Amino acid sequence: MWIFLAGDAMTFGALLAGYGALRAGSIDWPDPAIVLGIPLTAFMTFLLICSSLTMVKSLSAIKHGDSRGMRNYMLLTILGGVIFLGCQAYEWTHLINAGLGFSSNPYGNDLFGATFFAITGFHGCHVTAGVIYLVCIFVQGERGRYSAENCNSVEILGLYWHFVDLVWIMVFTFVYLL
Amino acid sequence: MTDDHEEANYMHVFYWLGALTVLEIGVIYLPLAKLTIGILLVLMAIAKASLVGLYFMHLRYEKPTLGMVALTPLLICTLLIFALIPDLTATPHQSSAQTTEGHTGSTSQ
Repeated sequence: MWIFLAGDAMTFGALLAGYGALRAGSIDWPDPAIVLGIPLTAFMTFLLICSSLTMVKSLSAIKHGDSRGMRNYMLLTILGGVIFLGCQAYEWTHLINAGLGFSSNPYGNDLFGATFFAITGFHGCHVTAGVIYLVCIFVQGERGRYSAENCNSVEILGLYWHFVDLVWIMVFTFVYLL
Repeated sequence: MTDDHEEANYMHVFYWLGALTVLEIGVIYLPLAKLTIGILLVLMAIAKASLVGLYFMHLRYEKPTLGMVALTPLLICTLLIFALIPDLTATPHQSSAQTTEGHTGSTSQ
């Protein structure tokens, strides 16, 4: 999983570096804080941090042999991921209705929309995959597959989910706040 | 996989992450130079990412080799940023609509 995450981190890093280069070379790049909704994305950031906490609590629970605790915390993590995706769908709908697209941007440079949708979309795909992954492991947990001695799958799932949170921390800073 | 180790206080990490997020949002509204705000934001983002990596992903308790694997993308992306710097000094670009208008104008002259 670590090797996969390192490769994935390079992809996100390349996307963010490309975003930075395009932005630095543009003369009419809009101020993200004005175009994008900071309060909503701040809430989304908080949501992912909360879901990372519940994920780590889930792993901690199963390491102590508490299978029910693991499933409860995992369910909260799934809920956090689903609400995050709902917020992202709402944000995208709002921006698309306002005229922002892959090749159109009423606020300035067209590449703003292209890079914004590419980066947040790629991250959203990771969250979606993470939610599906969480549901699969949750179902296995319901069937009593995990115990204090056998919880590697939960730990690996946790690594993936924390990575998705870590990437969002970077996306939030570079795409929304800077 | 991590060996058995003393668990970090996850709630403390969570409070730090929350506090840093609030600080990040506060910083963008401060009457400071853009460069200063940018540096502060990047430092806080690195601090938050480090907290997630070290404590939630248990890197602090793993072998140093795994830390090297985790740091490799950061190193490569830093190199990529330096590789892109020459592009930043190239002619600034703007939205395609304006560029098209510019081309049309020069052709008709």
